[in-house]
Amino acid sequence: MLLRVNGDSQTTAATTLEELIQEIGLKTESLVVEHNEHIIRQELWAKTRLQDQDQVELLSFVGGG
Amino acid sequence: MNDEGLRLGDTTFTNRLFTGTGKFASNEIIPEMLETSGSQMITVALRRIDMQSVTDNILQYIPDGVTLLPNTSGARTAEQAIRVARIAREAGCGKFIKIEVITDAKYLMPDNHETLRATETLAKDGFVVLPYVLPDLPLAKRLENAGAAAIMPLGAPIGTNRGLETKPLIAMLIENSAVPVIVDAGIGFPSQAAAAMEMGADAVLVNTAIATAEDPVAMGHAFSLAVQAGRAAYLAEAAGQSVVARASSPLTGFLD
Repeated sequence: MLLRVNGDSQTTAATTLEELIQEIGLKTESLVVEHNEHIIRQELWAKTRLQDQDQVELLSFVGGG
Repeated sequence: MNDEGLRLGDTTFTNRLFTGTGKFASNEIIPEMLETSGSQMITVALRRIDMQSVTDNILQYIPDGVTLLPNTSGARTAEQAIRVARIAREAGCGKFIKIEVITDAKYLMPDNHETLRATETLAKDGFVVLPYVLPDLPLAKRLENAGAAAIMPLGAPIGTNRGLETKPLIAMLIENSAVPVIVDAGIGFPSQAAAAMEMGADAVLVNTAIATAEDPVAMGHAFSLAVQAGRAAYLAEAAGQSVVARASSPLTGFLD
């Protein structure tokens, strides 16, 4: 299936947000995840199923003024 | 005169120096800088993660009790700023938001029009909105009417350390604004922070000048002293200036 992840096309075998995050290999503690412009809390990542053309944003807080 | 602190939303800040988390050579010194500066509010930014490298979680360096002020940097429109604000709140950063909408890459001038639009929406949405603007009195009144919790005029362009280049314009805001005025951006030296506070600013926000000092921990302390001195001087109501000298010692009873 083909997703838009952080603005780029990404092919994945993952079926849920949790699998996608594991597949990419991200540390999860500070991750902020948006799925089709809705924030998804960490406890719901495993329940959030992905569909072709979904948009996923993987964000985090960084230093800024 | 007693200083009861600065109230924004339902939080009272007894320290009037706000700080930022950008540009530190090492984020690990941020907690120590917060301690020496006494700063009770600090900015953070939201970005897409870099898949190629491990992103440092900035929030881990900010102790409990210090209020987070997420900014909307990177937003070029009101809609983008609103989206960032909502993400930050959903992600547990609280209700404070610094609206920063910038389309000008060279001088990083805030887009006052888009900032006002974002303020209107976010204030209605329950945020404590701190809009970063070019100082403009009519705009400040519009922001106030839109529900801004404070106005944050720039002293000089971001990161330039040039101080209060917009001083007369900021003075108009201080004189006429019903909400607090927090000078943000451009303050490069403690003396400039003191000057802003002396003229009646309610707080200053300093990032670059502290973060890029050789010793950010010591500079945080220096800024803290300057902000306190400036505030105390404002409350003490400084005497006016004169072109001609006015003797401090009696002009009578001289020895022959």
